[in-house]
Amino acid sequence: MTPVVLANDEGDRMTGRRAVEKSTTPNPASGSTKRAPQGRGTRRTTGLKDEPEFIQLLTPTGERIDHPDYPLELSPEEARSLYRDMVLVRRVDAEGTALQRQGELGLWASLLGQEAAQIGSGRAMRPDDFAFPTYREHGVAWCKGVPPVNLLGMFRGVNNGGWDPNENNFNLYTIVIGSQALHAVGYAMGVQRDGGDSAVIAYFGDGASSQGDVLESFVFGASYNAPVVFFCQNNQWAISEPTSRQFRVPLYQRAAGFGFPGVRVDGNDVLACLAVTRAALEHARSGQGPMLIEAFTYRMGAHTTSDDPTRYRSSDEVESWRAKDPIVRLKAYLDREALADETFYKTVDDEADELAAQIRSGCLALPDPDPLSMFEHSYAAPHAQVAEERAFLADYLAGFAEEEH
Amino acid sequence: MTAGSAATKPQQTTYREAMREAMREALRADERVFLMGEDVGRYGGCFGVSLGLLEEFGPERIRDTPLSESAFVGAGIGAAVAGMRPIVEIMTVNFSLLALDQILNNAATLLHMSGGQLAVPLVIRMTTGAGRQVAAQHSHSLEGWYAHIPGIRVLAPATVADARTVLAAALADPDPVLIFEHGSLYNLSGDPDPGADPVDLGRAAIRRPGTDATIVTFGGCLPKALEAAEELARLDVSAEVIDLRSLRPLDDAAIMSSVARTHHAVVVDEAWRTGSLAAEISARITEQVFYELDAPVERVCSAEVPIPYARQLEEAALPQTADIVAAVQKAVS
Ligand SMILES: Cc1ncc(C[n+]2csc(CCOP(=O)(O)OP(=O)(O)O)c2C)c(N)n1
Ligand SMILES: [Mg+2]
Repeated sequence: MTPVVLANDEGDRMTGRRAVEKSTTPNPASGSTKRAPQGRGTRRTTGLKDEPEFIQLLTPTGERIDHPDYPLELSPEEARSLYRDMVLVRRVDAEGTALQRQGELGLWASLLGQEAAQIGSGRAMRPDDFAFPTYREHGVAWCKGVPPVNLLGMFRGVNNGGWDPNENNFNLYTIVIGSQALHAVGYAMGVQRDGGDSAVIAYFGDGASSQGDVLESFVFGASYNAPVVFFCQNNQWAISEPTSRQFRVPLYQRAAGFGFPGVRVDGNDVLACLAVTRAALEHARSGQGPMLIEAFTYRMGAHTTSDDPTRYRSSDEVESWRAKDPIVRLKAYLDREALADETFYKTVDDEADELAAQIRSGCLALPDPDPLSMFEHSYAAPHAQVAEERAFLADYLAGFAEEEH
Repeated sequence: MTAGSAATKPQQTTYREAMREAMREALRADERVFLMGEDVGRYGGCFGVSLGLLEEFGPERIRDTPLSESAFVGAGIGAAVAGMRPIVEIMTVNFSLLALDQILNNAATLLHMSGGQLAVPLVIRMTTGAGRQVAAQHSHSLEGWYAHIPGIRVLAPATVADARTVLAAALADPDPVLIFEHGSLYNLSGDPDPGADPVDLGRAAIRRPGTDATIVTFGGCLPKALEAAEELARLDVSAEVIDLRSLRPLDDAAIMSSVARTHHAVVVDEAWRTGSLAAEISARITEQVFYELDAPVERVCSAEVPIPYARQLEEAALPQTADIVAAVQKAVS
């Protein structure tokens, strides 16, 4: 943010500062004979040196490969709609960044580069599955039907929580790193007791994986065999800190120690993200407990609009990831298989232009909140002290208004 | 802030730079001193305070930590007990809540629980306060809470000179010291040299003398209080402004002798009014100089709501200059 410190700096970066310096284990808890989706099948699929092992269904050049544990049937129409979703959220994201640059938003946290991880996992959910996001899950929000203008409204500061979490089955953004993983487990425990077969996803980042809250949520999820999927977008950076500061073994392998399966998926491969998340959700909803997915991806942009990443990472690194762009990759597949033509791409681009224009004007038209509205939601029910303060401020503001006349 | 102004006024520096210079000096002077926290290395800290220190002192002494406040504060306690002099940076006071157990149950208590054997010479720096549109999880003023805790010392430098000198005093203290840096002060520019008025951080400072009313404040509210005093002067009210500097212990003598002269007291505190440091100060004034008062003590605090994000709401929620002027006028009327 300026806000969200996001907190990170939050704030200051935008003002003075910039100007100056410029695993896999079977689940012991489940007792089920059904085989858990395993990381066992991970293999080196890209042929590049230094490339980690992960589940991949689409190579960077768009070649479709199969994986024994994660079969995926995809109609041409579904493939095209994944492409459309990724293009549209990338456009929403670009508009968020532009609006912030123009002073219309306090802050924006870009998802650039993480479209496949978010759309793949988001589309894997059923409408009744519930997601607990961080502050960067605009793509998941899109899949859960949250209108992008509502997201912008939150970053503009004119609405607190601009959507109804229960209507969208998408919780509000969480700024304090890691808290939501615990909320997700508690929610999943509730789902479990309600007896439904919905599942819950907790999103978090590579940096968040060091927080007690996240690790403790693993313990709880395992202990109660809760229907929760822990979905880590390992985008290689926690603000300026590389993942080597957070872990010395691949993150997904931690799951073994907690007693549930962990897998790593190519986070820039939307098909793999879709298939693996579906399997993990199925694992959860069929009573087999949690699963950890590490989506190996990259934060192409700044941490937030308050950040300047050139200070701490090389442009070579960024460029090497650009070659693995998730949208380019899916397009290569669509072209290779002749699943889409120029008319399709043109339609999607036009739709993106229209969406951008619409959310921009929608954002600018959002009404500023009335100062007295700050008293509205400190408590769910009327509260004497709040009422008193509210009355005092109302009087006080009225006094100024009178002076002006 | 610009090179131009630095050239014309060579002693001017910012609060941020003063704090950085103090860290540099401490790191040079004492091998045992090191800095740790999130993004304090190459990034230079969330607010840029440690920018350049990694390059000068290396990653052993300027340590980026895994993302866990509880862990790096706890590790700081361990290092302090082992004889080091750690400076731990927490991005904002809100995130210090993830380390509250380490601060209260451990740092503040170990000396007592060990029968005097385990001193914890730990310094924790953190940003506090609102006014930057960073919403309810980055904007609170919880230093009053910390001032409630026996076993720690709580400091709130509000001027460039105090920012320059606070760290050495904190490091020299054998007990845990919390330093609160109000986010609105980092770009403040001023003279880092306290000159003839050497800084004694245990003592409050009279930032502006006056005869009609005493404004007691600290940290991010000091500039607003001074502005209010200026405005009041135009209205023929002479307000004295006291900057507490130390929130625990409180300098009762400075507060009481001022109130005994002006007979009116207004306490300005960005925290919520209920159970605040402002409440404590007001109680002490009534306990100690009640008969000197010509009017009830006034308090100017934040609205008792989570600090809002929207600019207009945030402004309305925080103590503003006009609110201070109004409170002083009410006290003296
Ligand atoms: C408890 C807490 N500490 C510090 C911060 C400041 N902060 C905001 S984002 C961030 C890095 C998070 O990195 P990661 O989990 O990898 O997620 P990413 O931003 O890369 O999506 C930090 C340290 C915070 N919001 N909450
Ligand atoms: Mg990250």
